[in-house]
Amino acid sequence: MTTVLPNTLRNGPDGRGRFGEFGGRFVAETLMPLILELEAAYEAAKADPSFQAELDYYLKHYVGRPSALWHAERLSRELGGAKIYFKRDELNHTGAHKINNCLGQILLAKRMGKTRIIAETGAGQHGVATATVCALFGLPCTVYMGAVDVERQKPNVFRMKLLGAEVVPVSSGAGTLKDAMNDAMRDWVANVQDTFYIIGTAAGPHPYPAMVRDFQCVIGEEAKAQMLEAEGRLPDVAVAAIGGGSNAIGLFHPFLDDTSVRLIGVEAAGHGLDSNEHAASLSRGRPGVLHGNRTYLLQDDDGQILEAHSISAGLDYPGIGPEHSWLHDIGRVEYVAATDKEALAAFQLCTRTEGIIPALEPSHALAHVTKIAPKMSKDEIILMNLCGRGDKDIFSVAKHLGVEL
Amino acid sequence: MSRIAGVFAGLKTQGRAALIPFVEAYDPNRETSLALLRGMAENGADIIEIGMPFTDPMADGPTIQAAGRRGLLAGASLHGVLGLVEEFRRTNNHTPLVLMGYLNPILSYGVEKFCADAARLGVDGLIVVDLPTEEADLLLPDAGKNGLDVIRLVAPTTSDARLPLVLEGSSGFVYYVSITGITGTRTASAADLARDIPRIRAATSLPIAVGFGVRTPEQAAVVAQHADAAIVASALIETLQRENVDAVLRDVKALSAGVRGARQKAA
Ligand SMILES: Cc1ncc(COP(=O)(O)O)c(C=O)c1O
Repeated sequence: MTTVLPNTLRNGPDGRGRFGEFGGRFVAETLMPLILELEAAYEAAKADPSFQAELDYYLKHYVGRPSALWHAERLSRELGGAKIYFKRDELNHTGAHKINNCLGQILLAKRMGKTRIIAETGAGQHGVATATVCALFGLPCTVYMGAVDVERQKPNVFRMKLLGAEVVPVSSGAGTLKDAMNDAMRDWVANVQDTFYIIGTAAGPHPYPAMVRDFQCVIGEEAKAQMLEAEGRLPDVAVAAIGGGSNAIGLFHPFLDDTSVRLIGVEAAGHGLDSNEHAASLSRGRPGVLHGNRTYLLQDDDGQILEAHSISAGLDYPGIGPEHSWLHDIGRVEYVAATDKEALAAFQLCTRTEGIIPALEPSHALAHVTKIAPKMSKDEIILMNLCGRGDKDIFSVAKHLGVEL
Repeated sequence: MSRIAGVFAGLKTQGRAALIPFVEAYDPNRETSLALLRGMAENGADIIEIGMPFTDPMADGPTIQAAGRRGLLAGASLHGVLGLVEEFRRTNNHTPLVLMGYLNPILSYGVEKFCADAARLGVDGLIVVDLPTEEADLLLPDAGKNGLDVIRLVAPTTSDARLPLVLEGSSGFVYYVSITGITGTRTASAADLARDIPRIRAATSLPIAVGFGVRTPEQAAVVAQHADAAIVASALIETLQRENVDAVLRDVKALSAGVRGARQKAA
């Protein structure tokens, strides 16, 4: 039996864009009027059935939704415990969940009459998804990407360029996702009239965390219905990897009020949580303000932001979406971490047992599944978000395995 | 009367605008910053703005970003910046100092303790770039309690309808970000200022300072004709990089002459 809390956990954020004490709108005054305009436009779109209908059309015919729910039988047998299901968002057009959000935002940009799109990207999946929808709708696209990530995600850089996007390598800071986001914001401040900034994760100033979550909730809503159809009940555990937190919140949110479902977010532990080289903002960070929102951050004693580290460029971010910070503090979602090594092992296990090459990001979620599944009984169910495919990662995986391509 | 209000009151009787040069703390080391603060005060700076280095200065262009990085490499911290203020105050008790930076280091220090320490050590005002009016209740009570002016940014995107909201609780002066963009890039024209400044004047009796993109004595003079203060940052940081402290002070002197030579349009 699932009990629905009388007081739903699903109606955040409040009028100030806050989830508890997290979230908000910490941007320079130049951007504030734009953020307010965006919020009003999004609220109007949400209330307009034709907007959702248009989005549904593209999700079905362009992205290929609903994505399958796959019973990973061999993997389940190999781990010898719980029954494991994959929500296969890696089957989406462009190979990850990122496109769900990009379509929502570009349809909104069109409604607002914006004629130029910018985005930040880490792994390049969000950049590719943004470049893709820009090609689809004929809008010019500029993608900011850390110089280090440009190097380790070359296939995606080439993809973006093929799709007609301009890719700007960002060499400030450590040259990763955080720095790309800084430069995207700087571009936005300088081009306020015509430019729409498509943020790729459930973070940033309000209304982004709520808006990105709403666009990603299709994952959890589909999975819930598919689970009921396949098993006649909800899963016992739902697991997702956390970079900024968009695929995870998309999976978790529709289950927040179903208290029987344990929700587990997996951060990147990099070389280990005690190594200072990780991206585990909830496990090892503390609350602060970056990129427009108050949330858990990796920072030093002076409040300077620390560089994150992960084998996965998509998880290499020192912050996390504010709704996760709140869900962490109220204890509704458990947040754990998986190391580079554990993710690499899970990557190979999935490939061998299921014939699915996962992205390194969901490999972190899978790494945690391999830890808990053996301790669970055979009639218990784990639902994992397989939010991206690993084609983009084969070069860096080869390098880590010492294989010359 | 606060130090900042005192300076503007004095300048009003002289009929001229203020020059506000900028120093990024610890760029490239503490001694240089101290020498700049002292030298600027003696070479025509009416108020000095001190940048508090932050790893992720989202509103800043490449010049101030790089200066902040150099400052952090030299060991800058909020404690360090306040120590710099304390030392400057030993020999100068009249030049107002305004700290400019981002919210997170202040949160990390503790807002209440930061405001108390800053005021005690001789800071006059605060500009927190990523704290818009919608979130300002985080800072205003403690700043007010300690007599610190909270200086608000107004941008070209700030509508007339929004101006009263933005200016709520602000004091000292209003910082007009004269371009839509980051620091050190574009420059507003005289026509831009003639169009923009009156609409801000209509909303506040506070002095108006113009920053972002003011580089030369000529540009400072144009600003001085329309507004009450010219803020110069990136150009001075570049001079310091290219030359040395003396060259920066030479530039400050020239900027000050530009401001002093300009006849103010009816304020
Ligand atoms: C496949 C995949 N999963 C996860 C992420 C992390 O982002 P988020 O936590 O927003 O889902 C990324 C980011 O690039 C990604 O490409």
